[in-house]
Amino acid sequence: MSEKVLMKGNEAIAEAALMAGCRHYFGYPITPQTELTAYMAKRLPKMDGVFLQAESELAAINMVIGVSSCGKRVMTSSSSPGISLKSEGLSYLAGCCLPAFVVNVQRGGPGLGGIQPSQSDYWQATRGAHGDYRTIVLAPDSVQEMVSLTIKGFELADKYRMTAMLLADGTLGQMMEPVSLDAGEIKTFDKPWATTGTKMARPHNIINSLSLIPEELEQWNLERFARYDEAEANEVMYEEYRMEDADVCVVSFGITARVSKNAVDEARANGIKAGMIRPITLWPFPKKPLLAAADKVKAFISVEMSMGQMIEDVELATRCKKPVLLCSRTGGVIPSVKEVLEKINEAEKIGGDRA
Amino acid sequence: MAATQIIFAGFGGQGILFSGKFLANGALLEDRQVSWLPSYGPEMRGGTANCSVIISDMPIGSPIVADPDVIVVMNNPSFDKYEELLVPGGKAFVDSSLITRQAVRTDIDAYYVPATKLASDNGLDGLANMVLIGNLIRKTGVISWDNAETLVKKIVPAKRQDLIELNLKALDIGYNWEN
Repeated sequence: MSEKVLMKGNEAIAEAALMAGCRHYFGYPITPQTELTAYMAKRLPKMDGVFLQAESELAAINMVIGVSSCGKRVMTSSSSPGISLKSEGLSYLAGCCLPAFVVNVQRGGPGLGGIQPSQSDYWQATRGAHGDYRTIVLAPDSVQEMVSLTIKGFELADKYRMTAMLLADGTLGQMMEPVSLDAGEIKTFDKPWATTGTKMARPHNIINSLSLIPEELEQWNLERFARYDEAEANEVMYEEYRMEDADVCVVSFGITARVSKNAVDEARANGIKAGMIRPITLWPFPKKPLLAAADKVKAFISVEMSMGQMIEDVELATRCKKPVLLCSRTGGVIPSVKEVLEKINEAEKIGGDRA
Repeated sequence: MAATQIIFAGFGGQGILFSGKFLANGALLEDRQVSWLPSYGPEMRGGTANCSVIISDMPIGSPIVADPDVIVVMNNPSFDKYEELLVPGGKAFVDSSLITRQAVRTDIDAYYVPATKLASDNGLDGLANMVLIGNLIRKTGVISWDNAETLVKKIVPAKRQDLIELNLKALDIGYNWEN
Protein backbone atom coordinates (compact mmCIF):
# COMPACT_ATOMS: atom_id res chain seq x y z
CA MET A 1 0.00 0.00 0.00
CA SER A 2 1.30 3.44 -0.88
CA GLU A 3 2.14 5.96 1.80
CA LYS A 4 -0.87 7.78 3.20
CA VAL A 5 -1.28 11.49 2.62
CA LEU A 6 -3.65 14.00 4.15
CA MET A 7 -6.08 15.24 1.54
CA LYS A 8 -9.32 17.14 1.38
CA GLY A 9 -12.23 15.11 0.06
CA ASN A 10 -12.66 17.41 -2.93
CA GLU A 11 -9.00 17.06 -3.90
CA ALA A 12 -9.06 13.32 -3.38
CA ILE A 13 -11.96 12.99 -5.84
CA ALA A 14 -10.00 14.97 -8.42
CA GLU A 15 -6.84 12.91 -7.94
CA ALA A 16 -8.84 9.67 -8.14
CA ALA A 17 -10.46 10.83 -11.38
CA LEU A 18 -7.00 11.36 -12.87
CA MET A 19 -6.00 7.90 -11.66
CA ALA A 20 -9.09 6.50 -13.40
CA GLY A 21 -7.87 7.95 -16.68
CA CYS A 22 -10.07 11.03 -16.85
CA ARG A 23 -8.30 13.73 -18.88
CA HIS A 24 -11.29 15.99 -19.53
CA TYR A 25 -12.89 18.16 -16.90
CA PHE A 26 -15.54 20.80 -17.46
CA GLY A 27 -16.96 22.73 -14.58
CA TYR A 28 -17.88 25.96 -12.93
CA PRO A 29 -16.76 26.78 -9.39
CA ILE A 30 -19.22 26.66 -6.51
CA THR A 31 -18.79 26.31 -2.75
CA PRO A 32 -18.27 23.75 -1.20
CA GLN A 33 -16.72 21.83 -4.10
CA THR A 34 -14.42 24.45 -5.62
CA GLU A 35 -11.19 22.72 -4.52
CA LEU A 36 -12.04 19.94 -6.97
CA THR A 37 -12.22 22.38 -9.88
CA ALA A 38 -9.06 24.14 -8.70
CA TYR A 39 -7.16 20.86 -8.43
CA MET A 40 -8.11 19.93 -11.98
CA ALA A 41 -7.10 23.37 -13.22
CA LYS A 42 -3.67 22.82 -11.74
CA ARG A 43 -3.12 19.22 -12.77
CA LEU A 44 -4.81 18.58 -16.12
CA PRO A 45 -2.80 21.02 -18.29
CA LYS A 46 0.40 19.31 -17.09
CA MET A 47 -0.96 15.91 -18.17
CA ASP A 48 -1.96 16.96 -21.68
CA GLY A 49 -5.52 16.94 -20.46
CA VAL A 50 -8.28 19.45 -20.96
CA PHE A 51 -9.43 21.65 -18.12
CA LEU A 52 -12.10 24.11 -19.07
CA GLN A 53 -13.98 26.46 -16.79
CA ALA A 54 -17.17 26.75 -18.76
CA GLU A 55 -19.28 29.89 -18.97
CA SER A 56 -22.05 28.13 -17.09
CA GLU A 57 -23.03 24.78 -15.60
CA LEU A 58 -25.22 24.13 -18.61
CA ALA A 59 -22.29 24.61 -20.96
CA ALA A 60 -20.12 22.33 -18.81
CA ILE A 61 -22.53 19.39 -18.89
CA ASN A 62 -22.96 19.76 -22.64
CA MET A 63 -19.19 19.63 -23.08
CA VAL A 64 -19.32 16.40 -21.09
CA ILE A 65 -21.83 15.05 -23.62
CA GLY A 66 -19.45 15.94 -26.43
CA VAL A 67 -16.37 14.27 -24.97
CA SER A 68 -18.30 11.22 -23.81
CA SER A 69 -19.65 10.79 -27.36
CA CYS A 70 -16.03 10.42 -28.46
CA GLY A 71 -15.52 7.58 -26.01
CA LYS A 72 -13.27 9.41 -23.54
CA ARG A 73 -13.58 9.41 -19.77
CA VAL A 74 -14.97 12.78 -18.73
CA MET A 75 -16.43 14.43 -15.69
CA THR A 76 -18.01 17.50 -14.21
CA SER A 77 -18.65 18.51 -10.64
CA SER A 78 -20.76 21.01 -8.79
CA SER A 79 -22.83 21.59 -5.70
CA SER A 80 -26.60 21.44 -5.37
CA PRO A 81 -27.85 24.53 -7.28
CA GLY A 82 -25.26 23.83 -9.98
CA ILE A 83 -26.51 20.25 -10.37
CA SER A 84 -30.01 21.59 -10.96
CA LEU A 85 -28.60 23.61 -13.83
CA LYS A 86 -26.92 20.49 -15.21
CA SER A 87 -30.11 18.45 -14.98
CA GLU A 88 -31.11 18.91 -18.61
CA GLY A 89 -27.75 17.54 -19.70
CA LEU A 90 -28.05 14.60 -17.33
CA SER A 91 -31.28 13.59 -19.03
CA TYR A 92 -29.69 14.01 -22.47
CA LEU A 93 -26.74 11.85 -21.38
CA ALA A 94 -29.23 9.15 -20.42
CA GLY A 95 -31.16 9.58 -23.65
CA CYS A 96 -27.94 9.20 -25.63
CA CYS A 97 -26.79 6.21 -23.53
CA LEU A 98 -23.54 7.98 -22.71
CA PRO A 99 -21.28 7.27 -19.75
CA ALA A 100 -20.37 10.22 -17.52
CA PHE A 101 -19.05 10.83 -14.05
CA VAL A 102 -20.71 13.64 -12.13
CA VAL A 103 -19.96 14.85 -8.61
CA ASN A 104 -22.41 16.65 -6.33
CA VAL A 105 -20.88 18.01 -3.12
CA GLN A 106 -24.22 18.91 -1.59
CA ARG A 107 -25.12 22.08 0.27
CA GLY A 108 -28.35 23.23 1.89
CA GLY A 109 -31.32 24.01 -0.31
CA PRO A 110 -33.72 24.55 -1.98
CA GLY A 111 -32.97 27.52 -4.21
CA LEU A 112 -29.62 29.11 -3.61
CA GLY A 113 -29.93 27.69 -0.09
CA GLY A 114 -26.76 27.92 1.96
CA ILE A 115 -23.22 26.66 1.70
CA GLN A 116 -23.17 24.28 4.65
CA PRO A 117 -23.46 20.50 4.16
CA SER A 118 -26.71 18.79 3.27
CA GLN A 119 -28.08 15.55 1.84
CA SER A 120 -31.26 17.04 0.49
CA ASP A 121 -30.45 16.22 -3.14
CA TYR A 122 -31.14 12.53 -2.48
CA TRP A 123 -34.34 12.58 -4.50
CA GLN A 124 -32.75 14.60 -7.28
CA ALA A 125 -29.78 12.22 -7.48
CA THR A 126 -31.73 8.97 -7.33
CA ARG A 127 -34.73 10.14 -9.36
CA GLY A 128 -33.13 12.62 -11.74
CA ALA A 129 -34.47 14.88 -14.42
CA HIS A 130 -37.13 14.28 -17.10
CA GLY A 131 -37.71 10.96 -18.78
CA ASP A 132 -37.36 7.31 -17.89
CA TYR A 133 -33.82 6.77 -16.74
CA ARG A 134 -31.62 5.79 -13.85
CA THR A 135 -28.38 7.14 -12.41
CA ILE A 136 -25.89 5.11 -10.42
CA VAL A 137 -25.48 7.05 -7.18
CA LEU A 138 -22.44 6.43 -5.01
CA ALA A 139 -22.34 7.78 -1.46
CA PRO A 140 -18.88 7.81 0.18
CA ASP A 141 -18.49 8.30 3.92
CA SER A 142 -14.74 8.93 4.04
CA VAL A 143 -12.03 10.55 1.98
CA GLN A 144 -10.63 7.09 1.22
CA GLU A 145 -14.00 6.00 -0.11
CA MET A 146 -14.19 9.17 -2.22
CA VAL A 147 -11.12 7.81 -4.00
CA SER A 148 -12.34 4.24 -4.43
CA LEU A 149 -15.87 5.23 -5.44
CA THR A 150 -14.63 7.79 -7.96
CA ILE A 151 -12.63 5.10 -9.72
CA LYS A 152 -15.56 2.71 -9.41
CA GLY A 153 -17.88 5.41 -10.76
CA PHE A 154 -15.91 5.81 -13.98
CA GLU A 155 -15.86 2.04 -14.43
CA LEU A 156 -19.58 1.58 -13.82
CA ALA A 157 -20.47 4.49 -16.09
CA ASP A 158 -18.54 2.90 -18.95
CA LYS A 159 -19.78 -0.60 -18.21
CA TYR A 160 -23.46 0.33 -18.26
CA ARG A 161 -23.31 3.39 -20.52
CA MET A 162 -24.94 5.63 -17.97
CA THR A 163 -24.15 8.44 -15.55
CA ALA A 164 -22.54 7.56 -12.26
CA MET A 165 -22.93 10.30 -9.69
CA LEU A 166 -20.80 10.67 -6.59
CA LEU A 167 -23.10 12.18 -3.97
CA ALA A 168 -21.01 13.79 -1.24
CA ASP A 169 -21.63 16.80 0.98
CA GLY A 170 -19.81 19.88 2.16
CA THR A 171 -18.30 18.16 5.18
CA LEU A 172 -16.79 15.29 3.24
CA GLY A 173 -15.61 17.66 0.54
CA GLN A 174 -13.87 19.96 3.00
CA MET A 175 -12.48 17.53 5.55
CA MET A 176 -9.01 16.01 5.41
CA GLU A 177 -8.20 12.43 6.28
CA PRO A 178 -5.23 10.21 5.56
CA VAL A 179 -5.75 8.54 2.24
CA SER A 180 -3.86 5.94 0.27
CA LEU A 181 -3.73 6.72 -3.42
CA ASP A 182 -3.27 3.14 -4.49
CA ALA A 183 -5.35 2.72 -7.60
CA GLY A 184 -4.89 -0.97 -8.24
CA GLU A 185 -5.98 -2.12 -11.64
CA ILE A 186 -8.21 0.34 -13.50
CA LYS A 187 -10.85 -1.37 -15.64
CA THR A 188 -11.52 0.00 -19.10
CA PHE A 189 -14.25 -0.94 -21.54
CA ASP A 190 -14.49 -1.10 -25.33
CA LYS A 191 -16.73 1.58 -26.76
CA PRO A 192 -17.71 0.43 -30.24
CA TRP A 193 -20.55 2.97 -30.18
CA ALA A 194 -18.27 5.99 -29.86
CA THR A 195 -17.97 8.58 -32.63
CA THR A 196 -14.28 8.13 -33.27
CA GLY A 197 -14.33 8.36 -37.07
CA THR A 198 -15.40 5.55 -39.39
CA LYS A 199 -12.12 5.51 -41.33
CA MET A 200 -14.46 4.45 -44.13
CA ALA A 201 -14.49 1.00 -42.55
CA ARG A 202 -17.80 0.94 -40.69
CA PRO A 203 -21.20 2.62 -40.72
CA HIS A 204 -21.56 5.91 -38.87
CA ASN A 205 -22.13 5.80 -35.14
CA ILE A 206 -24.91 8.16 -34.23
CA ILE A 207 -25.36 9.63 -30.76
CA ASN A 208 -28.90 10.88 -30.41
CA SER A 209 -31.71 11.09 -27.88
CA LEU A 210 -34.48 12.15 -30.27
CA SER A 211 -36.98 9.80 -31.85
CA LEU A 212 -40.36 10.86 -33.20
CA ILE A 213 -41.48 7.28 -33.61
CA PRO A 214 -43.13 6.20 -30.36
CA GLU A 215 -42.43 2.50 -30.87
CA GLU A 216 -38.76 3.20 -31.52
CA LEU A 217 -38.43 5.43 -28.45
CA GLU A 218 -40.13 2.76 -26.38
CA GLN A 219 -37.67 0.20 -27.69
CA TRP A 220 -34.76 2.46 -26.68
CA ASN A 221 -36.22 2.74 -23.19
CA LEU A 222 -36.55 -1.03 -22.92
CA GLU A 223 -32.94 -1.48 -23.97
CA ARG A 224 -31.81 1.12 -21.45
CA PHE A 225 -33.73 -0.56 -18.67
CA ALA A 226 -32.26 -3.95 -19.54
CA ARG A 227 -28.88 -2.40 -18.75
CA TYR A 228 -30.27 -0.80 -15.58
CA ASP A 229 -31.64 -4.19 -14.49
CA GLU A 230 -28.19 -5.65 -14.87
CA ALA A 231 -26.66 -2.83 -12.83
CA GLU A 232 -29.31 -3.32 -10.17
CA ALA A 233 -28.57 -7.04 -10.00
CA ASN A 234 -24.79 -6.68 -9.86
CA GLU A 235 -23.72 -3.40 -8.37
CA VAL A 236 -25.43 -2.95 -5.01
CA MET A 237 -22.96 -1.90 -2.32
CA TYR A 238 -23.59 -1.43 1.39
CA GLU A 239 -21.93 -1.85 4.77
CA GLU A 240 -23.45 -3.62 7.74
CA TYR A 241 -22.23 -2.47 11.15
CA ARG A 242 -22.98 -4.37 14.38
CA MET A 243 -26.15 -5.82 12.84
CA GLU A 244 -25.68 -9.43 14.08
CA ASP A 245 -28.17 -9.20 16.94
CA ALA A 246 -29.49 -5.69 16.46
CA ASP A 247 -32.93 -4.61 17.71
CA VAL A 248 -32.70 -1.19 16.13
CA CYS A 249 -31.33 -0.64 12.65
CA VAL A 250 -30.04 2.79 11.74
CA VAL A 251 -29.94 3.47 8.01
CA SER A 252 -27.69 6.29 6.97
CA PHE A 253 -25.21 7.27 4.26
CA GLY A 254 -22.33 9.68 3.86
CA ILE A 255 -21.41 11.99 6.72
CA THR A 256 -24.49 11.15 8.80
CA ALA A 257 -23.43 7.49 8.72
CA ARG A 258 -20.23 8.58 10.48
CA VAL A 259 -22.26 10.36 13.16
CA SER A 260 -24.59 7.35 13.39
CA LYS A 261 -21.71 4.93 13.85
CA ASN A 262 -20.70 6.82 17.00
CA ALA A 263 -24.32 6.75 18.19
CA VAL A 264 -24.58 2.99 17.56
CA ASP A 265 -21.41 2.45 19.61
CA GLU A 266 -22.75 4.61 22.45
CA ALA A 267 -26.11 2.82 22.38
CA ARG A 268 -24.31 -0.53 22.58
CA ALA A 269 -22.28 0.76 25.52
CA ASN A 270 -25.61 1.59 27.19
CA GLY A 271 -26.89 -1.93 26.57
CA ILE A 272 -29.10 -1.20 23.57
CA LYS A 273 -28.59 -3.49 20.62
CA ALA A 274 -28.23 -1.03 17.79
CA GLY A 275 -26.72 -1.60 14.39
CA MET A 276 -26.45 0.18 11.08
CA ILE A 277 -26.92 -0.56 7.41
CA ARG A 278 -25.08 2.02 5.35
CA PRO A 279 -26.11 2.15 1.70
CA ILE A 280 -22.99 2.87 -0.39
CA THR A 281 -24.98 2.78 -3.62
CA LEU A 282 -28.15 4.87 -3.21
CA TRP A 283 -29.17 3.54 -6.59
CA PRO A 284 -29.23 0.62 -6.82
CA PHE A 285 -30.55 0.75 -3.26
CA PRO A 286 -29.63 -2.17 -0.95
CA LYS A 287 -33.18 -3.50 -0.75
CA LYS A 288 -32.30 -7.11 0.09
CA PRO A 289 -30.30 -6.57 3.30
CA LEU A 290 -32.92 -4.09 4.51
CA LEU A 291 -35.77 -6.50 3.86
CA ALA A 292 -33.85 -9.25 5.62
CA ALA A 293 -33.24 -6.93 8.59
CA ALA A 294 -36.97 -6.12 8.73
CA ASP A 295 -37.60 -9.66 9.94
CA LYS A 296 -35.13 -9.25 12.79
CA VAL A 297 -35.21 -5.73 14.16
CA LYS A 298 -37.93 -3.82 16.05
CA ALA A 299 -37.58 -0.60 14.10
CA PHE A 300 -35.51 1.35 11.61
CA ILE A 301 -34.24 4.91 11.82
CA SER A 302 -33.40 6.87 8.72
CA VAL A 303 -30.73 9.41 9.65
CA GLU A 304 -30.31 12.01 6.95
CA MET A 305 -29.76 15.71 6.38
CA SER A 306 -33.05 16.34 4.61
CA MET A 307 -36.68 16.58 5.63
CA GLY A 308 -36.88 12.83 5.01
CA GLN A 309 -36.04 11.61 1.52
CA MET A 310 -34.19 8.31 1.84
CA ILE A 311 -36.74 7.25 4.44
CA GLU A 312 -39.17 6.53 1.57
CA ASP A 313 -36.71 4.08 0.02
CA VAL A 314 -36.24 2.43 3.41
CA GLU A 315 -40.01 2.03 3.78
CA LEU A 316 -40.27 0.60 0.27
CA ALA A 317 -37.35 -1.77 0.74
CA THR A 318 -38.67 -3.06 4.07
CA ARG A 319 -42.25 -3.10 2.73
CA CYS A 320 -43.29 -1.22 5.87
CA LYS A 321 -42.87 -4.37 7.95
CA LYS A 322 -41.48 -2.34 10.83
CA PRO A 323 -41.77 1.32 11.82
CA VAL A 324 -39.24 3.63 10.21
CA LEU A 325 -38.40 6.70 12.30
CA LEU A 326 -36.76 9.81 10.95
CA CYS A 327 -33.82 11.56 12.55
CA SER A 328 -32.95 14.59 10.52
CA ARG A 329 -31.57 18.10 10.47
CA THR A 330 -31.59 20.38 7.46
CA GLY A 331 -30.36 23.67 6.11
CA GLY A 332 -26.71 22.84 6.71
CA VAL A 333 -27.04 21.49 10.25
CA ILE A 334 -25.53 18.07 10.95
CA PRO A 335 -27.41 15.85 13.41
CA SER A 336 -25.41 15.30 16.59
CA VAL A 337 -24.50 11.93 18.04
CA LYS A 338 -26.82 12.79 20.94
CA GLU A 339 -29.77 13.37 18.62
CA VAL A 340 -29.25 10.02 16.89
CA LEU A 341 -28.81 8.32 20.25
CA GLU A 342 -32.12 9.76 21.51
CA LYS A 343 -33.85 8.42 18.42
CA ILE A 344 -32.29 5.00 18.97
CA ASN A 345 -33.64 5.00 22.54
CA GLU A 346 -37.08 5.95 21.22
CA ALA A 347 -37.00 3.24 18.54
CA GLU A 348 -35.94 0.63 21.07
CA LYS A 349 -39.04 1.39 23.16
CA ILE A 350 -41.71 1.70 20.49
CA GLY A 351 -40.66 -1.01 18.08
CA GLY A 352 -42.98 -3.92 17.41
CA ASP A 353 -42.33 -7.50 18.47
CA ARG A 354 -38.98 -8.94 17.66
CA ALA A 355 -39.48 -11.82 15.26
CA MET B 1 -4.50 6.24 24.21
CA ALA B 2 -8.08 7.20 23.44
CA ALA B 3 -9.13 9.87 21.00
CA THR B 4 -8.17 13.49 21.53
CA GLN B 5 -10.61 16.02 20.10
CA ILE B 6 -9.24 19.48 19.49
CA ILE B 7 -10.81 22.74 18.31
CA PHE B 8 -8.73 25.65 17.01
CA ALA B 9 -10.52 28.97 16.77
CA GLY B 10 -9.75 32.60 16.10
CA PHE B 11 -9.89 35.19 13.35
CA GLY B 12 -9.34 34.34 9.70
CA GLY B 13 -5.68 34.99 8.91
CA GLN B 14 -4.27 33.86 12.25
CA GLY B 15 -3.27 30.48 10.87
CA ILE B 16 -6.06 28.59 12.59
CA LEU B 17 -6.57 26.09 9.76
CA PHE B 18 -2.82 25.69 9.34
CA SER B 19 -2.41 24.90 13.06
CA GLY B 20 -4.91 22.10 12.75
CA LYS B 21 -3.23 20.84 9.62
CA PHE B 22 0.12 20.84 11.41
CA LEU B 23 -1.16 18.66 14.25
CA ALA B 24 -3.04 16.39 11.83
CA ASN B 25 0.14 15.82 9.85
CA GLY B 26 1.99 15.14 13.08
CA ALA B 27 -0.50 12.41 13.90
CA LEU B 28 -0.22 10.98 10.40
CA LEU B 29 3.57 10.84 10.79
CA GLU B 30 3.01 8.66 13.86
CA ASP B 31 0.68 6.47 11.82
CA ARG B 32 -2.35 7.33 13.93
CA GLN B 33 -5.92 7.93 12.81
CA VAL B 34 -6.76 11.56 12.19
CA SER B 35 -9.45 13.81 10.80
CA TRP B 36 -9.36 17.56 10.09
CA LEU B 37 -12.52 19.52 9.48
CA PRO B 38 -12.47 23.26 8.77
CA SER B 39 -15.16 25.86 8.92
CA TYR B 40 -15.60 27.12 5.41
CA GLY B 41 -17.39 29.96 3.72
CA PRO B 42 -17.58 33.63 4.63
CA GLU B 43 -15.63 33.15 7.85
CA MET B 44 -12.55 32.23 5.81
CA ARG B 45 -12.51 35.78 4.52
CA GLY B 46 -11.82 37.70 7.69
CA GLY B 47 -14.44 36.64 10.23
CA THR B 48 -14.06 33.84 12.71
CA ALA B 49 -12.36 30.64 11.63
CA ASN B 50 -12.21 27.31 13.33
CA CYS B 51 -11.19 23.76 12.66
CA SER B 52 -11.71 20.45 14.40
CA VAL B 53 -9.02 17.82 14.63
CA ILE B 54 -9.45 14.33 16.03
CA ILE B 55 -6.40 12.19 16.72
CA SER B 56 -7.08 8.61 17.72
CA ASP B 57 -5.73 5.09 17.80
CA MET B 58 -9.12 3.76 16.71
CA PRO B 59 -10.96 4.45 13.44
CA ILE B 60 -12.67 7.84 13.69
CA GLY B 61 -16.45 8.00 13.37
CA SER B 62 -17.79 11.50 13.11
CA PRO B 63 -15.15 14.16 12.36
CA ILE B 64 -17.32 16.76 14.08
CA VAL B 65 -16.12 17.81 17.52
CA ALA B 66 -18.96 18.64 19.90
CA ASP B 67 -17.14 18.11 23.21
CA PRO B 68 -13.50 19.08 22.77
CA ASP B 69 -10.74 17.77 25.05
CA VAL B 70 -8.51 20.65 24.00
CA ILE B 71 -9.21 24.13 22.64
CA VAL B 72 -6.76 26.61 21.18
CA VAL B 73 -8.30 30.07 21.11
CA MET B 74 -6.96 33.26 19.61
CA ASN B 75 -9.76 35.76 20.16
CA ASN B 76 -12.38 36.63 22.77
CA PRO B 77 -15.47 35.35 20.91
CA SER B 78 -13.80 31.98 20.36
CA PHE B 79 -12.92 31.64 24.03
CA ASP B 80 -16.49 32.58 24.99
CA LYS B 81 -17.91 30.02 22.58
CA TYR B 82 -15.64 27.06 23.24
CA GLU B 83 -14.77 27.33 26.92
CA GLU B 84 -18.17 26.01 27.88
CA LEU B 85 -17.91 23.09 25.44
CA LEU B 86 -14.67 21.75 26.94
CA VAL B 87 -15.01 18.43 28.71
CA PRO B 88 -14.29 18.55 32.46
CA GLY B 89 -10.53 18.30 32.85
CA GLY B 90 -10.06 19.67 29.33
CA LYS B 91 -7.24 22.00 28.39
CA ALA B 92 -7.55 25.51 26.98
CA PHE B 93 -4.61 27.21 25.26
CA VAL B 94 -5.28 30.91 25.32
CA ASP B 95 -3.43 33.64 23.44
CA SER B 96 -3.35 36.00 26.42
CA SER B 97 -2.06 38.92 24.38
CA LEU B 98 -5.38 38.97 22.51
CA ILE B 99 -7.79 37.49 25.05
CA THR B 100 -8.40 39.77 27.95
CA ARG B 101 -10.12 37.49 30.41
CA GLN B 102 -9.25 34.41 32.42
CA ALA B 103 -11.16 31.13 32.25
CA VAL B 104 -14.48 31.13 34.09
CA ARG B 105 -14.57 27.41 34.64
CA THR B 106 -12.56 25.88 37.43
CA ASP B 107 -12.80 22.28 36.21
CA ILE B 108 -10.49 22.86 33.24
CA ASP B 109 -6.79 23.61 32.87
CA ALA B 110 -6.18 26.94 31.16
CA TYR B 111 -2.73 27.74 29.79
CA TYR B 112 -2.12 31.40 29.08
CA VAL B 113 0.51 32.15 26.48
CA PRO B 114 1.01 35.74 25.24
CA ALA B 115 1.62 34.18 21.86
CA THR B 116 1.05 37.19 19.62
CA LYS B 117 3.37 39.35 21.74
CA LEU B 118 6.02 36.63 21.99
CA ALA B 119 5.91 36.17 18.23
CA SER B 120 6.19 39.85 17.48
CA ASP B 121 8.97 40.42 20.09
CA ASN B 122 10.99 37.72 18.36
CA GLY B 123 10.46 38.88 14.79
CA LEU B 124 7.95 36.13 14.15
CA ASP B 125 4.91 38.16 13.20
CA GLY B 126 2.06 35.92 12.11
CA LEU B 127 3.42 32.84 13.86
CA ALA B 128 1.56 33.19 17.17
CA ASN B 129 -0.34 30.05 16.19
CA MET B 130 2.90 28.05 16.15
CA VAL B 131 3.87 29.44 19.57
CA LEU B 132 0.59 28.10 20.92
CA ILE B 133 1.10 24.74 19.20
CA GLY B 134 4.53 24.45 20.80
CA ASN B 135 2.96 24.93 24.20
CA LEU B 136 0.15 22.51 23.36
CA ILE B 137 2.57 19.78 22.40
CA ARG B 138 4.45 20.30 25.69
CA LYS B 139 1.32 20.21 27.84
CA THR B 140 -0.71 17.52 26.07
CA GLY B 141 1.86 15.28 24.40
CA VAL B 142 -0.78 14.68 21.73
CA ILE B 143 1.94 14.43 19.11
CA SER B 144 5.64 13.80 19.58
CA TRP B 145 7.93 16.82 19.97
CA ASP B 146 10.76 14.80 18.40
CA ASN B 147 9.00 15.00 15.03
CA ALA B 148 8.58 18.78 15.10
CA GLU B 149 11.42 19.53 12.71
CA THR B 150 10.49 16.80 10.21
CA LEU B 151 6.94 18.00 10.36
CA VAL B 152 7.74 21.66 9.73
CA LYS B 153 9.89 20.67 6.75
CA LYS B 154 7.11 18.50 5.41
CA ILE B 155 4.33 21.01 5.70
CA VAL B 156 6.00 24.30 4.76
CA PRO B 157 5.50 24.78 1.00
CA ALA B 158 8.59 24.26 -1.16
CA LYS B 159 8.48 27.89 -2.28
CA ARG B 160 8.67 29.18 1.28
CA GLN B 161 11.66 27.30 2.66
CA ASP B 162 12.71 30.49 4.45
CA LEU B 163 9.80 29.89 6.82
CA ILE B 164 11.16 26.63 8.23
CA GLU B 165 13.57 28.24 10.69
CA LEU B 166 10.97 30.81 11.76
CA ASN B 167 8.30 28.17 12.38
CA LEU B 168 10.73 26.05 14.38
CA LYS B 169 11.72 29.07 16.46
CA ALA B 170 8.05 29.87 17.16
CA LEU B 171 7.33 26.29 18.19
CA ASP B 172 10.37 26.32 20.43
CA ILE B 173 9.33 29.54 22.19
CA GLY B 174 5.91 28.07 22.93
CA TYR B 175 7.32 24.72 24.02
CA ASN B 176 9.64 26.40 26.52
CA TRP B 177 7.12 28.96 27.80
CA GLU B 178 6.53 28.39 31.49
CA ASN B 179 2.87 28.92 32.38
